[in-house]
Amino acid sequence: MSDAADVGDLYQRLIMDRARAPLHAGRPAAFDAEAEGDNPMCGDRVQLRLSCSGGAIGEVWHETRGCAICIASADLMADAVTGRTRTAANELAGAFETMVASGAVPDREDFTELRALSGVHEYRSRHRCATLPWQALRAALTKTMETGHGG
Amino acid sequence: MSASLEQTGFDIARIRADFPILSQTVHGKKLVFLDSGASAQKPRAVIDAMVRSMETRYANVHRGLHWLSERASDDYEAARDKVAAFLNAAREEIVFVRNATEGINLVAATFGRSALQPGDAVVVSEMEHHANLVPWQMLRDSHGIDLRIVRITDTGELDFADLERQFADGRVRLLAITHMSNVLGTYTPVERLAAFAHERGARLLLDGAQAVVHRAVDVRAIDADFYVFSGHKLYGPSGIGVLFGKRELLDAMPPFLGGGDMIRSVSYEKSTWAEPPYRFEAGTPAIVEAVGLAAAIDYVNAIGFPAIAAHERALTDHALATLDAIDGIHVVGRAQDRGGVVAFTMDGVHAHDVATLLDKQGIAVRAGHHCAEPLTHRLGLDSTARATFGVYTTMEEIDALAKGLRRVQQVFGG
Repeated sequence: MSDAADVGDLYQRLIMDRARAPLHAGRPAAFDAEAEGDNPMCGDRVQLRLSCSGGAIGEVWHETRGCAICIASADLMADAVTGRTRTAANELAGAFETMVASGAVPDREDFTELRALSGVHEYRSRHRCATLPWQALRAALTKTMETGHGG
Repeated sequence: MSASLEQTGFDIARIRADFPILSQTVHGKKLVFLDSGASAQKPRAVIDAMVRSMETRYANVHRGLHWLSERASDDYEAARDKVAAFLNAAREEIVFVRNATEGINLVAATFGRSALQPGDAVVVSEMEHHANLVPWQMLRDSHGIDLRIVRITDTGELDFADLERQFADGRVRLLAITHMSNVLGTYTPVERLAAFAHERGARLLLDGAQAVVHRAVDVRAIDADFYVFSGHKLYGPSGIGVLFGKRELLDAMPPFLGGGDMIRSVSYEKSTWAEPPYRFEAGTPAIVEAVGLAAAIDYVNAIGFPAIAAHERALTDHALATLDAIDGIHVVGRAQDRGGVVAFTMDGVHAHDVATLLDKQGIAVRAGHHCAEPLTHRLGLDSTARATFGVYTTMEEIDALAKGLRRVQQVFGG
């Protein structure tokens, strides 16, 4: 139905797939850092846990209570930051937040999947849904610095 | 439109023509505004009254000795008379505040700190808006009162057995309850609550932010001690609200804010307070907004509450039947006495996604916890989407909502 496609242009297949069946959801038995992202305006919450090895992010898990955009963003983020140093992960977070704020997709390879969320730019009230997991990531990375993990 | 509505002379097309904003398109679609419970749209009469006030009759009130100030003071005080008649109160019992929230905060800060002693209890319900919960938590933390929460039933009605338990030790001095839930649509049995509280030596405060839009409110008939509402939900402007308090209660309450207009005399050493309601209206008030509120009251009175209530009843019945017929949609709140506030969930789809996809179709609803986060959790939910109705809402708009929701389900692969 063309109308449905029209109203759903924000909700691309990748977003829907990750929202329905996230690949990185869950709570690991062991991890090196954890942090939360909360949006008190809407009740969305992301709990993020990550492991570190050799100065880089080893694995990322999230427990996300929120909308499709928030869950998909958390899950795609987990893909994108795995294997990165803290500095590189923070840089990626900045680039993602800039994309949401500006609507412009950065011309770089690591945005092949993250670009699926660029449509959020059109919905100002939803920006926070997309950036909340990244805010939790920044907080978790700060903790890895405090505990001596991460690069 | 049903025959009963035609008999009341309810002309929906004429009413809609009174609201300039409703003829807009949003995202290229006809606007379907179902968020009046958050804030209602404004009729031409309110807009014009405010423009006229600013263009021809504006100055500060209660101060000037000049012609314009006298006109502005007349209009501001006429608005007070209008509100007093609207609630069946005396003009001395009507305090202008910014909104219902400020009205409750005023009562908590003044009545709460003078008439309540540490150890006295205040009872609110599980279905309060944050506005009727947080001020009492603040009073508990600063003044040592005991704050108790009376349960609601799973259908969304007050649990009177639990209310009995909350009052059992005789320490409750104030029952502060919504007149209509902004999530469940439940009307509370206010006359019964007043009798219940008074028999047990407690006062009754009613949060009328939602109810006052849909039903005629007679604070004398209810025997409410305090009643608050906001102008902006009643088709008036934001920035003006009303606190009704019984005369003897207001008389005994200390001021809320200090400043101009609320004093009798001021010296460097001390000041004495003006009589109510002026004691509680420090500083230059919302003059133009009061004029707008008076125009809004005239507007709803001209339609008449019997017609407004019948229209709302028909819309609510239609909405409940229509949404119940959609697989995967679950309406929250099944009170016997409920009105035009319909919150719901959709299986597998978060309320924010529902709201965004409806917005793309020109349909405005609210999504989230609706400033009633504890209630949302009490219901076992994280969020709901909510459609709320006004005098201008049509049956066709409810059908558009249903159609829009089916499209959301399609997008989410339902």
